Amino acid sequence: MPPLAGKELRIVGFLCNWCSYGGADTAGVGRFAQPTDLRIIRVPCSGRIDPLFILRTFMNGADGVLVSGCHPRDCHYSEGNFYARRRLEILQRLMPYIGIEPERFAYTWVSASEGQRWQKVVQTFTNEVHAIGPIKPFGATPEQVEARLSKLLDSAGGKATEKQEVERVAS
Amino acid sequence: MKIGVFVCHCGSNIAGTVDTAQVAEAARALPGVAFATDTMYACSEPGQEGIIDAVKENELDGVVVASCTPRMHEATFRRTVERAGLNRYMFEMANIREHVSWIGKDMESNTNKAADLVAMAVAKLRENRLLFPKKFDINKRVMIIGGGVAGIQAALDCAEGGLEVVLVEKTTTIGGKMAKLDKTFPTVDCSSCILGPKMVDVAQHPNITLYAAAEVDDVSGYVGNFKVAIRRKQTYVDWNLCTGCGLCMEKCPSKKTPDPFNEFVGTTTAINIPFPQAIPKKASINAETCIMLRKGKCGKCAEVCPTEAIRFDQKEEIAHEEVGAIVAATGYDLFDHSIYTEYGGGRIRDVITSMQYERMLSASGPTGGHVKRPSNGEEPKSVVFIQCVGSRDKSVNRPYCSGFCCMYTAKQTILTKDHIPDSQSYVFYMDIRSPGKNYDEFTRRAMEEYGARYIRGRVAQVYEKGDKLIVRGADTLTGTSIEVEADLVVLAVGAESTRGASALAEKLRISYDTYGFYMESHPKLKPVETNTAGVFLAGCCQGPKDIPSSVGQGSAAASKVLTLFSKDQLESDPQISQVDIKRCIGCGKCISTCPFGAIKEIDFRGQPKAEVIETVCQGCGICTSTCPQGAIQLQHFTDNQILAEVMSLCPPLLEKSFE
Ligand code: SF4
Ligand code: SF4
Repeated sequence: MPPLAGKELRIVGFLCNWCSYGGADTAGVGRFAQPTDLRIIRVPCSGRIDPLFILRTFMNGADGVLVSGCHPRDCHYSEGNFYARRRLEILQRLMPYIGIEPERFAYTWVSASEGQRWQKVVQTFTNEVHAIGPIKPFGATPEQVEARLSKLLDSAGGKATEKQEVERVAS
Repeated sequence: MKIGVFVCHCGSNIAGTVDTAQVAEAARALPGVAFATDTMYACSEPGQEGIIDAVKENELDGVVVASCTPRMHEATFRRTVERAGLNRYMFEMANIREHVSWIGKDMESNTNKAADLVAMAVAKLRENRLLFPKKFDINKRVMIIGGGVAGIQAALDCAEGGLEVVLVEKTTTIGGKMAKLDKTFPTVDCSSCILGPKMVDVAQHPNITLYAAAEVDDVSGYVGNFKVAIRRKQTYVDWNLCTGCGLCMEKCPSKKTPDPFNEFVGTTTAINIPFPQAIPKKASINAETCIMLRKGKCGKCAEVCPTEAIRFDQKEEIAHEEVGAIVAATGYDLFDHSIYTEYGGGRIRDVITSMQYERMLSASGPTGGHVKRPSNGEEPKSVVFIQCVGSRDKSVNRPYCSGFCCMYTAKQTILTKDHIPDSQSYVFYMDIRSPGKNYDEFTRRAMEEYGARYIRGRVAQVYEKGDKLIVRGADTLTGTSIEVEADLVVLAVGAESTRGASALAEKLRISYDTYGFYMESHPKLKPVETNTAGVFLAGCCQGPKDIPSSVGQGSAAASKVLTLFSKDQLESDPQISQVDIKRCIGCGKCISTCPFGAIKEIDFRGQPKAEVIETVCQGCGICTSTCPQGAIQLQHFTDNQILAEVMSLCPPLLEKSFE
């Protein structure tokens, strides 16, 4: 299902099972109302989150990605969130170079008891993403590809070598 | 693959704000889905039977249930699909209650979101593989950390249940805080008379190995097979020879040694047995005050010891034990009141803690059971008790109630009257919290029968005037300020987590709250379990508790251990990492990141490769996101599975544009 037009943006969450997923559950049990944009992917530990997952999520058009794990020193696997923090911090700093507004990505720590905190995190992050709006698609849009193709085809004028070149570009 | 999707109404919990029929309808269009329906209560008996029937009828290979959180019912439904003849890992859950219906009211967005979550679960399930748990043997021995009353109870119950018990106590004797108490509320029975026999039972039980003066140095392994290193501190006495006769104490010339057992009321000798009922009743030397150890001459104790047990050259040792379960019963410490400058900040000699007072009341204590003012040794006639010192006070980061101070203060006012009939007690309190059996009656007796005067209000200042103390405070019931002249002020200091609690928690891989108290697995339904399998909690390490609750929890923890050990084998969780040996380049990155040392290097036809030690891997997946080759994959959470979820939510743009 695509996000509801005009209402929602595509926000993906990666949450560790022990703390933050539990915190989101606690928020649910407490009926702490939240925006509906976020979809949560459950992983055992924030240390399981490969930054490439996040990049893939953005490349495929997500408008925001939120990561949450156990508070430092509280990791169920003792040090997973330290690995996560190092990786995510670097990713965070690389965001502008990749061409994505850094505000689209956030990572935080929420424990299983912090339902209210989770509500706040979701609220704030969703608002921030909405403030920037939908992400600009990566690479060329279908329209751009088409425009370039037809331009090349026009100028090529049917010459075999140039036709090959056009095909190369198109692929 | 043929997948069945079951969308639960959960009564109106889900169906109230999610159109479950529409979610099922949308699921039918997903690739791989052969069957989809909504169902009233998926977890109920008819609900589960419905799933089983559908699996059999439609020859399904996997099941998605969209309902509550997997943290609640994943195990339930895994058993259901197993009963239907499927592998229990061919199951996924979409959390459309906690994460959808309970946090939003908009039907359209909720239904859309629920359909998304179902699509995600289906996408993941398509990548699932059959996984099979392995059986492994359990070592039916248990280690109990802490020899207070909770630990003692757990140890005795386990030992009576036929288990071998290793009891580790950091001080030289078991007994904990309870051994220091004179009397206990609400019966005013003698603490050492009820605890003493239990301590003796520990010493004599053939199943209990006691390590006193020892601390847990390192814990490795997993439920059923923990390996523990225990650091035995040097006592400078060979405990195999020491008979506890106490001759050494009589002769020791270093008589100004601080006495922690007596809460530093009075002093003791450098070689010392803390109290007559100590278990084990063995002497140990305080290296800081022993003249022989500091200056190299003296050795009086060695001269008189009839069994020649003194060992000035003793070194600490590491002992190794293997156990299948661990009970943490490490207790609590008392709040340091010197932070409160208004109560004298630890400066005024006649302002003491409730535990110091307890030692004074005890017949075997440093004053022989005579209450005396520390300043001049006289009997106090007016005693002021101040409650909530380090409890329910945000300004000192102790917002919680310590639970037992109201009660022990009432007890101490009664004992004061017993010891000094012409005395008067005053109690400054915030609220009286006495919710236990016979507790409220007890505090009433303190007031009505023993004449303790209770003043509701905080104390603003305690100061010296001549040889008296003036306690100035507010009486909030009458709205006046009040001054009481006191000979002795007793501070009802609160409980806090024991020093070193967090360090031990990290060794045990259990979590603790902001104040250092250990977290139970579920606040209501799993009060003695932790999130680490095989590690249990008893007593005040989990939060302040009185003696009956500590004993109750000690027994509860023991029963959990006995239940765990009632099987001969446990099943391992197959959600662990696996190395694809063809992809592995032997770089060793995973080996150095694994927090559990669960990966070893092997030699494969002359090349280094990684191999996961199945029983040690905890399934965190840190290695998987570290491996540059994608060679080591955490089963059930592989790159492909997580990416399948990502792709389901965010389909690749280019594909989309060429559709
Ligand atoms: S998943 Fe990997 S890093 Fe985690 S415990 Fe297992 S082998 Fe170690
Ligand atoms: S990180 Fe990957 S490639 Fe390197 S040793 Fe471990 S499994 Fe092999």
